[in-house]
Amino acid sequence: MGDQNTSMVQKYRNDFLKEVEANVEEGAWVKMCMQCGVCAGSCPLGPAWEHPPQEIFMMIRAGRREEVLKSESMWMCTSCYNCIVRCPRELPITHIMHGLANYAHRLGLAPKMNPTRRFAKIFWDNIAKSGRVNELELSVRLYFMDGFKAGVLKGLAMKDIGIGMMKTGRLNPFGLFAHKGCKDIKGIHKMLKKAYEIEDRKKGFVA
Amino acid sequence: MADVVATNETIVVVGGGISGMTAAVEAAETGKDVILLERSPSLGGRVNQLYRYFPKLCHPTCGMEINLRRLRGNPRIRVLTLAEVQKIEGKAGDYKVSVTVHPRYVNENCTACGACAGPVTTEIPNPFNYNLNKMKAVYLPSAMAYPQRYCIDPSLIGTPEAEKAKAACPHDAIDLGMQAQKLTLTAGAVVWATGWRPYDAGKIQPYGYDRFANVITSVEFERLADPRGPTKGRILRPSDGKEAKDIAFIQCAGSRDRNHLKHCSRICCMASLKQTNYVREKYGDDGKSTIYYIDIRAIDRFEDFYQKVRADGTVRFIKSKVANITEDRESGDVVLHGVDTEGYHRYDARHDLCVLAVGMQPGADIRAVADVKVDASGFIEVASATDGIFGAGCATNALDVNRAVQSATASTLRAIQVVNRMAKVEGQ
Repeated sequence: MGDQNTSMVQKYRNDFLKEVEANVEEGAWVKMCMQCGVCAGSCPLGPAWEHPPQEIFMMIRAGRREEVLKSESMWMCTSCYNCIVRCPRELPITHIMHGLANYAHRLGLAPKMNPTRRFAKIFWDNIAKSGRVNELELSVRLYFMDGFKAGVLKGLAMKDIGIGMMKTGRLNPFGLFAHKGCKDIKGIHKMLKKAYEIEDRKKGFVA
Repeated sequence: MADVVATNETIVVVGGGISGMTAAVEAAETGKDVILLERSPSLGGRVNQLYRYFPKLCHPTCGMEINLRRLRGNPRIRVLTLAEVQKIEGKAGDYKVSVTVHPRYVNENCTACGACAGPVTTEIPNPFNYNLNKMKAVYLPSAMAYPQRYCIDPSLIGTPEAEKAKAACPHDAIDLGMQAQKLTLTAGAVVWATGWRPYDAGKIQPYGYDRFANVITSVEFERLADPRGPTKGRILRPSDGKEAKDIAFIQCAGSRDRNHLKHCSRICCMASLKQTNYVREKYGDDGKSTIYYIDIRAIDRFEDFYQKVRADGTVRFIKSKVANITEDRESGDVVLHGVDTEGYHRYDARHDLCVLAVGMQPGADIRAVADVKVDASGFIEVASATDGIFGAGCATNALDVNRAVQSATASTLRAIQVVNRMAKVEGQ
């Protein structure tokens, strides 16, 4: 992954905006931002962001590559779409945030311990394995993400909800051993592999 | 009204605001016959509803007075009020303009003495004050109204109130049996000057214009500041009638926004800068104005005006498009939320009153009556050389008064050219 980063740095030199336009989902929209700030003000998690979206867009234009890609900010996005709805220039801000997060992750620059990144990874590995989310495995992995003790405590805190879900048939208590998965798991894996290939080719990642 | 004579050398001007009046006067003063049509009961349009103009801060009565004098003194201009254009057919040099003239129920005998309104108690919203207050249903549209003639609201017809008004008139000026009239006017050229209307602020959901009493529009603020307005020139909050001393102005309310109006309405920055002067005029150093903006668009010579307002210690500028507004239920204060672009500071700013600098959109859709090209915002595109219908003033673009008048004069010249061509053809 570190190599990917070096090759991108060499390829784009100081033009981070160009790099974002080429490699980040919906990145071509970044230059359309007119810095009105309505996105930052509309974000329900706004106060928790180190750099609100408008600032990230400005940082991209200013070429502050490391700072942007290593930022925790875009990982804060919960996809509420408030910013997209209100943006006077109709920038797909939510998608750009996820695109930036994904790009940073692929370059290996995303903050390692960021909880959103870790959850996203656990979720993806879980669903990609069998084509269907295994809820029990997902929650167990998520709870025990920060170690055994923290996991037990979290599990105890959530036990009422868990029992409720089991009673209504929403959670299979034997899910860890008997997970259904999808019919054509091999086909799904093949499809995902192909999708990765296409994506890498499009974005200029060396396979 | 059957005495309206028109030929194919007549110029019909649609809209009796500052642009239409200018067009009519300019054409008539070159010797052309003009019919000026106005939808409402009196001339003057939105300029009449302003407290002051920018940049010289004089009152609109002044400019209107001059135009009215030129208009009244010119026998070539025929003014029809309450007249609405239904259809324009034909080609340059030969148009048929179908017009409906709505009944005023008051005839030419009226001397505007006001005796008819005396016994009337029914009240209707006052459109001259953007419905901020009510007026009697028998009314003079405004102090400056031309023609200076009373008007009876159609809702009153058939009620005993109407009879009372009729009985009170000493000049036999009230005719309750008046009917709508349909006219077909011949015209060589048409100048379309139907002006603008403010963007519906209620559509900007996060600003809560339809939910919070103390969020008002810039045009309403003009009426509050005007001594002839509903508050006699005192800036009072709609919620509790208290004096508003700390006022927020939000720029681009509806303009430059792909969810609302795509275009920049051009006048709103200057309008808000001008309105900070109203606050200073009323309260001196005790007033506070805060302008929330994306960027200030004070073009050309207006830069000086902007710099002067900048230098005013009571006016603050915050570079930020406000994200949303909430209301403090107890006090009625408005709280503006957003992030300042200069430094990315988050603010929750409390103000007495919030004024939305609303954008301009075309006042009427010309496509309903004639086949004319309009742009994405509905403004009339420049006509081709063979056409005889010309947009003027704010029907063609978002313009300030000065530029609207220039536009009207330019369109009049083109209309005169068409009419002159017709005169030549006939002379041969």
